[in-house]
Amino acid sequence: MGERAFGIISFIIACGYVYVASLTELSFISDPVGPKQFPYILGFFWGLSSLLIIFQPEFKPKWPSFYKFLEIIIVTIVLIAYAYALPVVGFVISTLIATFILAWRLGVEMFKALIFGFAVSFTIYFLFHSILGLSLARGVFGF
Amino acid sequence: METINFLFDGFSVAFTVQNITLALIGCFLGTVFGALPGLGPANGVAILIPISFSLGLDAASSMILLTSVYYGAMYGGRISSILINIPGDEPALMTTLDGYPMTLKGRAGEALTLTGIASFFGSIVATIGLMILAPQLVKIALLFGPAEYSALFVMAFATLGGVSSNNKAKTILASALGLAISTIGIDGQTGVPRLSFGNVHFYDGIDFLVVIVGMFAVSEIFIFIENKDIDAKKKKKNIIITTIIPKFKVIVKTFPSMVRGSLLGFFAGILPGAGASLGSFIAYTFEKKISNKDDTFGKGDERGVTAPEAGNNAAAGGALVPMLSLGVPGSGTTAVLLAMLMTMNITPGPLLFKNNPDVVWGLIAALFFANFILLILNIPMVRMFTRILLLPPKYLMPIVAMISFVGIYGISGSSFDLLLMIFFGLFGWLLRKLNIPLVPVIMGAILGNLMETNLRRALTISDGNWMYLFESKVTIIIWLITIIGFVLPLIFGKKITSEIEKFKKKKS
Repeated sequence: MGERAFGIISFIIACGYVYVASLTELSFISDPVGPKQFPYILGFFWGLSSLLIIFQPEFKPKWPSFYKFLEIIIVTIVLIAYAYALPVVGFVISTLIATFILAWRLGVEMFKALIFGFAVSFTIYFLFHSILGLSLARGVFGF
Repeated sequence: METINFLFDGFSVAFTVQNITLALIGCFLGTVFGALPGLGPANGVAILIPISFSLGLDAASSMILLTSVYYGAMYGGRISSILINIPGDEPALMTTLDGYPMTLKGRAGEALTLTGIASFFGSIVATIGLMILAPQLVKIALLFGPAEYSALFVMAFATLGGVSSNNKAKTILASALGLAISTIGIDGQTGVPRLSFGNVHFYDGIDFLVVIVGMFAVSEIFIFIENKDIDAKKKKKNIIITTIIPKFKVIVKTFPSMVRGSLLGFFAGILPGAGASLGSFIAYTFEKKISNKDDTFGKGDERGVTAPEAGNNAAAGGALVPMLSLGVPGSGTTAVLLAMLMTMNITPGPLLFKNNPDVVWGLIAALFFANFILLILNIPMVRMFTRILLLPPKYLMPIVAMISFVGIYGISGSSFDLLLMIFFGLFGWLLRKLNIPLVPVIMGAILGNLMETNLRRALTISDGNWMYLFESKVTIIIWLITIIGFVLPLIFGKKITSEIEKFKKKKS
């Protein structure tokens, strides 16, 4: 995707933004400006700058190789799974697994990554929960 | 005299066991964040805000913790610049130019000590400057009404990036995007849901902390995945630091450069839209112009490291002036600090000095104190940080990710916010790939509501007459500065950017 393509997508989203803002239902309380004007102004500048980028691209973005791109997707999936797992499985177990997979994908050897996962998970739990009293995700096991 | 009294009150706020401990932790963490390439002040502060919020620290204590991190990062950035020729954070780029050649000559220890002194000097000058200038600015700011503030917010966005940004289209796009994020949720004035797509999660709006942590911390992980093979190839050498104490003669020789660097840096920091990077850039180029008689710059001249280091530390302090006294931040990190205050329900600006003098003066007192801690951490104990520098990012990044999750989950306890954070991480990565600056997006998300509220208040006063925004003398002055700040970089920006690029190219 070049800059121009981004500009076009951005312009479409800007139009969508203005459209959705225009659907805002007004309430009986109102001020002279109303809730729509500010988004309209933003939409104008957003659209205008998108057009400028479309007509004056000056930068060629370097995209990662297909393989790297896949890695980014894998890591994203791990993070999303982690976000869902936290309230269910609890902090310690889900963090252990997430840290392990992350570190492994980032280039740590598998066994070391596992130990690292244990270390990070328990250190954070101990430091933030036991000492500082921060509320971490509890999950069904209570930790 | 009044100032001195306030300062004493400030010291009584700062000198509690808790706040001293926080300053110590902040200074240590800050130096680490600064020293590690890839993490800078903005990332460090971003990761710690949700944590300090969840811990229930009060405003003064959180501010002390986070500005210690901010100052610490300014000190720490120089360590990797000097030792491994990779700037630890953006402002430390200029320090590599003479710092690394000094290391090659076996003078690494000396360079670290000199820059430590320079950083200390710059920070102290800036903190004194902050103490004197901020209350004066407050007196002016007290005269500001909603119209003036509306103009001021526009100015903050128009001048963002300072002289070094010449692609205005991208800055505008990023600002509009950030402000658009802030418009999601229930409209504060009339109570109607706006742009929420009927999703209850969006009714409260998007918490700017989620945006900040996503863009500054999570996106860093994606960038790392992309570059990990390149990083692995760069083998880090064992770092040996010899003589730590420079000769007295050298200190005397470099002292004038510290003074010049500090003053230039401080003023660069106050300027709207500028930041520490500009401070160190100006300090270095100016120093080179007046001191490079024997063509020693770039080959390991001591003044080539002291000037930019004094400059970036002074600029960091200077950038606090508009943030605290006007409530309008000029750089990414100060915007994030502002976000922290707003999370605590404190609106920075002139009223902060009136309503929460303990926060302001406690902070200033803590900054003086933090500088002494940093001086100790960064000169006698600097070896400790050089070890941390050897910690490979493949271990560091998972820790960053986990702490980001802990912080955001600690605030709301909702998986939805975590998903949003991941989304903003990916989105931030995409924007970075396209060379679109993240700072305006963050600032937009943080300031959007304030900006809109002021605009609408102004127009309520004038009963919908938009010309009201251009009527008073003060607004006209602000608009003029806005226009100048917007147009000037289009003329001079190309030259400065190409020069900074030249330095960057030399590095890689």
